[in-house]
Amino acid sequence: MPEITYRDAVIRGIAQEMARDNDVVFLGEDVAKAGGVFKATVGLYEQFGPLRVRDTPISEQAILGAAMGAAMTGLKPIAEIMFSDFFAVCFDYIANEFPKSRYMSNGQTKCPLVVRTGNGAGSRFGAQHSQSVENWCMMIPGLKVVAPSSPVDVIGLLAAAVRDPDPVIFLEHKSLYATKGEVPDGEIVDRLGTAKIVRPGRDATILALALMVPRAVEAAERLKAEHGIDCEVIDVRSLVPLDTQTILASVAKTHRLFTVEENPRLCGWGAEIVSIVADEAFYDLDGPPVRITTPHIPLPAADILEDMVLPTAERIVETVRRSLQS
Amino acid sequence: MATAQDRAQAPGSGLNDDIGEAKRLAMYRSQLRIREAEQRAYDLFLQNLVKGTSHLSLGQEAVASGFAEAMQKGDLSFCTYRGHAHTLARCVSVEKVLGELMQRDNGLMRGKGGSMHLTSEEHGVMGSYAIIGAHLPIACGAAWRAQYKGDKDVSVCFFGDGTTNIGAFHEALNFAAIWKLPVVFVCENNLYMEYTPIGDVTAVPHPAADRAGSYGLERIIIDGNDADVVYRTAQRAFSRARAGEGPSLIEALTYRHSGHSRADPAKYRPEGELEKWKQRDPIKIYRERLQQFGVSDKVIAEIDASVRQEVDDATETCKAAPMPPADILTTDVYADGGWAWRN
Repeated sequence: MPEITYRDAVIRGIAQEMARDNDVVFLGEDVAKAGGVFKATVGLYEQFGPLRVRDTPISEQAILGAAMGAAMTGLKPIAEIMFSDFFAVCFDYIANEFPKSRYMSNGQTKCPLVVRTGNGAGSRFGAQHSQSVENWCMMIPGLKVVAPSSPVDVIGLLAAAVRDPDPVIFLEHKSLYATKGEVPDGEIVDRLGTAKIVRPGRDATILALALMVPRAVEAAERLKAEHGIDCEVIDVRSLVPLDTQTILASVAKTHRLFTVEENPRLCGWGAEIVSIVADEAFYDLDGPPVRITTPHIPLPAADILEDMVLPTAERIVETVRRSLQS
Repeated sequence: MATAQDRAQAPGSGLNDDIGEAKRLAMYRSQLRIREAEQRAYDLFLQNLVKGTSHLSLGQEAVASGFAEAMQKGDLSFCTYRGHAHTLARCVSVEKVLGELMQRDNGLMRGKGGSMHLTSEEHGVMGSYAIIGAHLPIACGAAWRAQYKGDKDVSVCFFGDGTTNIGAFHEALNFAAIWKLPVVFVCENNLYMEYTPIGDVTAVPHPAADRAGSYGLERIIIDGNDADVVYRTAQRAFSRARAGEGPSLIEALTYRHSGHSRADPAKYRPEGELEKWKQRDPIKIYRERLQQFGVSDKVIAEIDASVRQEVDDATETCKAAPMPPADILTTDVYADGGWAWRN
């Protein structure tokens, strides 16, 4: 099977949907002629033309507001917010407008749009260009929130997001853009709300998202090889809708739960999942669930400092080992 | 302000009859409907039958009616939390509006939205937005769809003078200008940003019009209490939008007779200001206009009576209507009709 990068998967996913449906339009800063600051939209302007792929000013409120107005009246816009940290300057749309208009209007207003954004750390950009903001979005009723970890999932989940009738926040991890993965030829469409078991195991369940997925997988391989601990790694993929059934079934099998979260500690997605497991599967657990997160600090810029705070394979290995062997 | 042409001059005696009697009667009825329904909403609030907050357009009816009467079917209205007037002006029934304000099951959104979020897409009312400025970019998006699909509808976005100082206003104006979108921005300058005189908090005397030049747009200031002036201005802006010539920004000077919201007695107004503006009450102006054009007192009285009847009937229907049931609490969070966030 051919391999492509996560970055090229973004291009292919958008192109697949734009070729399929003329109502799919794409807007954002530097996305058209320049092909995106992360080069994740190269060639779309040439392929689909200036009416469908549009550069905008640095006006995040205008970008998201325009996407919403277009979505309400019949288009299926994909809007790019360059860095997810910038959600803070257009959060009105994410928190107040997209997710509440259908409810407030008693079902009259539709909002089928996708907001793509570069999320996460690893690029040494410091505290305002590196955050993992999935929990900002997850807490809002009415939104759907997706964060793929592999090229094939980028295409399939992006297609599912574009075809979904609800507003979807699509978090691309900046540190995954250059990574590669196998992708079959032809159309790829996945389903939102489905977690993926990326490594089966018997002794413990490790939940991870986006950049934390390859780190969890690496940790699981080392735990098996070095300590004989066989971990099941689940890529959560979709925070809303959340595939609790896959998670609960895994905990029922392994009896231990670990979450690996890039977000700062408080109110991370893992806290919600741990509370669900505590509510519904407490007696399946042989030990306390453990959350492995970035500490509750703004992210530092220096590489040596940034590397100290994000969960690493080493930290996952040590945490799981100590927890299971205590 | 109004041009010489806008000042009624009798034909024969110089009256400008470009608008025509049928449209004038519709415009009068529309303004009166808003006046009576808003006054009723206030009265019902005093009886504790309208709850929550409400922001009335008493005194600002001419802007809503003048624009709505110039709109075609399919044109879209984007309103603020002070949106009852614009909703009624697009011919949504008084019962649906009062029902929502009275938090009844017969309300426009069955009580799920409330006074600040009136929406009736079948009438082109694409929502009332309670976060200042939010709907200007949204109106741009609807206009972008029209431009992209070759649809001929215009998106019309109403907001207050206070909105001109928030970022989304400026983002939307620039965005609409560079993309030449068929959108019309209407600033209802009622002189107050909530409780504060707009002049105290704005760098320029005309909060909208004085910013138009920054976006390459014409500086337009009109008498917002004269529905004919509003109507003609709207027609010009809509023609421009439909012809692909881009957005317009219109500042309509008007005045709200009541406070900002139900909680505000408007004690900050200088002595005599309200009385001065009441001399220019849009309903009074328009009733005199009809008389100038020879409409009989009988015809006017019939309209007055039928509007009052509609509002009275709506009030009684709403008072008798049930409260919304609990089973709608979890409907329409997502497009599948439900609220499930997990399996």
